Amino acid sequence: MSASSITMMIVGMVILWGGLAASIFNVVRVSKKSSKKPL
Amino acid sequence: MEKRQQWGSRYGFIMAAVGSAVGLGNIWRFPAVAYENGGGAFFLPYLFAILTAGIPILILEFTIGHKYRGSAPLSLFRLNKKAEWLGWWQLLISFVICTYYAVIVAWAVKYTIYSFGTQWGSDPGSFLFGDVLKLAEKPGQIGGLVPGIVIPLLFIWAVTIFVLYRGVSKGIERLNKIFLPTLVVMFLIIVIRAVTLEGAVQGLDAFFKPNWEMIFNGKVWIAAYGQIFFSLSIGFAIMLTYSSYLPKKSDINNNAFITAFANSGFELLAGIGVFAALGFMANQQGIGVDEVVSSGIGLAFVVFPSIINEFPGMNGFFGVLFFLSLVFAGMTSLISIVETFVAGIQEKFNVSRTKAVLTSGLAATVISLLFATNGGLYFLDVVDYFINNFGVVTAGLVEVVLIAWFFKGLGGLQSHTNAISDLRIGAWWKVCLSVVTPIVLGYMMFDNIRQNLKENYEGYPTDLILYAGLLVVVVSIVGGILLSLKGWKSNTKEELNKEAV
Repeated sequence: MSASSITMMIVGMVILWGGLAASIFNVVRVSKKSSKKPL
Repeated sequence: MEKRQQWGSRYGFIMAAVGSAVGLGNIWRFPAVAYENGGGAFFLPYLFAILTAGIPILILEFTIGHKYRGSAPLSLFRLNKKAEWLGWWQLLISFVICTYYAVIVAWAVKYTIYSFGTQWGSDPGSFLFGDVLKLAEKPGQIGGLVPGIVIPLLFIWAVTIFVLYRGVSKGIERLNKIFLPTLVVMFLIIVIRAVTLEGAVQGLDAFFKPNWEMIFNGKVWIAAYGQIFFSLSIGFAIMLTYSSYLPKKSDINNNAFITAFANSGFELLAGIGVFAALGFMANQQGIGVDEVVSSGIGLAFVVFPSIINEFPGMNGFFGVLFFLSLVFAGMTSLISIVETFVAGIQEKFNVSRTKAVLTSGLAATVISLLFATNGGLYFLDVVDYFINNFGVVTAGLVEVVLIAWFFKGLGGLQSHTNAISDLRIGAWWKVCLSVVTPIVLGYMMFDNIRQNLKENYEGYPTDLILYAGLLVVVVSIVGGILLSLKGWKSNTKEELNKEAV
């Protein structure tokens, strides 16, 4: 695989899977902070 | 009047929303669209489309459903009495889509069984069109019912009706909690095997290699918006209906981000799996990856069986995994599509959920039999193209233009969602919905009209285009207007109004 392909693969993974992980992390953070868990 | 149903948990709602978004298009559409539109460079317009159209429209539909707590027609009626027809139009689009979508899931069920012993043989193309579909010679010919398709189709409808009959929490939520994680695990196994095959690297190289020049081509950006729009189940009432079952305290904005990124994350996974497998196939045949790239039904039911044939071992096992993934991805989406009009019928005609599920389910089953005939594939292709490119795109465009420009409703909706969400949205949300999305969807619609005036889609005969394509689109709009003329039953209206937040 060329360097540019590897770079774009990593960029795609970081943005899309990272975006998902960040959104889920935010839910966990908020639910830990609040005693009354919003659904 | 039955008590309005509700999701059992936030996790359940997210599973259902992601299950609806993750469908057949994620597996067979995204990889080819990305490859043809700049490869790795496509991620830039794709991400831009997620942030400026996908997530904003998702938040819009989640907020309308949550605030007005009803099916699409009722929620839009409560937003503005003049908008009810749009809800019915979107419901009728959903009805049309589910009638052929179920048939594709039925094919996947058949192919799951065919995977035992790779029964498609050495020529999967002839097997699909000849042995399985028994395809009519000319487009437009209906022929007779194909029993081999009708049986799995009835099975799919029986499962769908049963799940919907069980209700939102015990039916839809429970099914998605099982199907979606199983789908991800099955697909991960396929991807891990695919990337370890000989030639997989060439496939991945072709998929991710960025062609930066294409970034300056407007069509690439339109393709990115189109992919996000069709992939996220937006514009035809699904997300609006699902969010209407959320409890009053719900973090709508973050739910939209999770749904959008989970959908796109799965698309990326599918792209890796599909192109690794295509690279393997190209390597086996000693040809370039560009010669084996395909999408849609051809990719799933012709190219993939060919790839599975050439697997070094456990061919049947990987065949079952692939087609079962299609079944699971298709079922979670199909159920969400049918739920939209079950909810609408239940509320408009003040009938029990059981009655609404049975009448709408049986009506959809009967109509879907048209696509299980000898000429079914031609009808399916034309209806799918027109209902998506003219129905869904136009309904989505009308939705944002009406709400943002004419009803000036974005401010109220923004206040509502910010009041209950941890993640607050700012002015960017309004700009995306009132400027960016209408421009992009408007251009898409204009471009679709221009192309179709120039030549018939896929060279199909004009009469087939007229009655299977344009007529279906027109009937869905006229039907939406007619249904909105019938008033809500007064007692129902009072009870339903109490529900609104």
